[in-house]
Amino acid sequence: MGLQPYLILAACLFTIGLFGVLTRRNAIGILLGIELMLNAVNVNLVAFARFTGETAGLIFTLFTISITVAEVALGLAIVILIFRVRRTVEADQLHLLKG
Amino acid sequence: MSLEAAGFWGLALVLLASSLAVVLSKNLFHSVLYLAVALVATAGVFLLLQAEFLAAVQVLLYAGGVVTIVVFAIVVTERLVGERLAQTNRGVFTGGLVSLVVLVILVLSLWRADLPRTAPPPPADLTQAIGRDLLTRFVLPFELLAVLFLAGLLGALFFARKEE
Repeated sequence: MGLQPYLILAACLFTIGLFGVLTRRNAIGILLGIELMLNAVNVNLVAFARFTGETAGLIFTLFTISITVAEVALGLAIVILIFRVRRTVEADQLHLLKG
Repeated sequence: MSLEAAGFWGLALVLLASSLAVVLSKNLFHSVLYLAVALVATAGVFLLLQAEFLAAVQVLLYAGGVVTIVVFAIVVTERLVGERLAQTNRGVFTGGLVSLVVLVILVLSLWRADLPRTAPPPPADLTQAIGRDLLTRFVLPFELLAVLFLAGLLGALFFARKEE
């Protein structure tokens, strides 16, 4: 197994996540798409770390995993806050900042 | 077919199927469960790549933490209004087109790239190497991460406070 199959798998995962972010209406659904994209990046980093014999990629993955968890927690806090005020989490109806 | 290749294709199939289910499922709760499957399968890919420590972190933090938080958020936001958990996609055609173009560009460039075909032998103790590098070479980002978490904690407290 070379490096290429892993990178192509990660590219597929990334585009699936991108599709989710672009098409989901529910704000939580959009966050799930972002999760998939970040996960694809982690696959890439670990694959590169394995095939270059360098630990930096593994440590970057450690950082992205922890930052992602914080990002999801805060993103969901914002979603719940928006829900409390507006009674909806549909992204299309959240156009408060639209000029 | 070698064991690694068999494992890779099996995991790739599970990963792609569950990821598609995450973005296409009509029920938001099912989406989250499929996300858990995808994240655990990713931990399997990490195992294939000899990164046991990261596989453990992935299962603990992602599949344990993130999925729990998301389920909590769904329970809070959906059940209160008494709506069904149904959700729809919009602009499927445009979104699919954009994603497809990105995929084609990525795969074409990966296809042409000159990538290593064989991996070097893994170091004796990768977890030890990670720990050592984390506190020597990458100690500054490590500390910055702590500051970031502090900011995140304060932000979460700010959101959770009672309205005056």
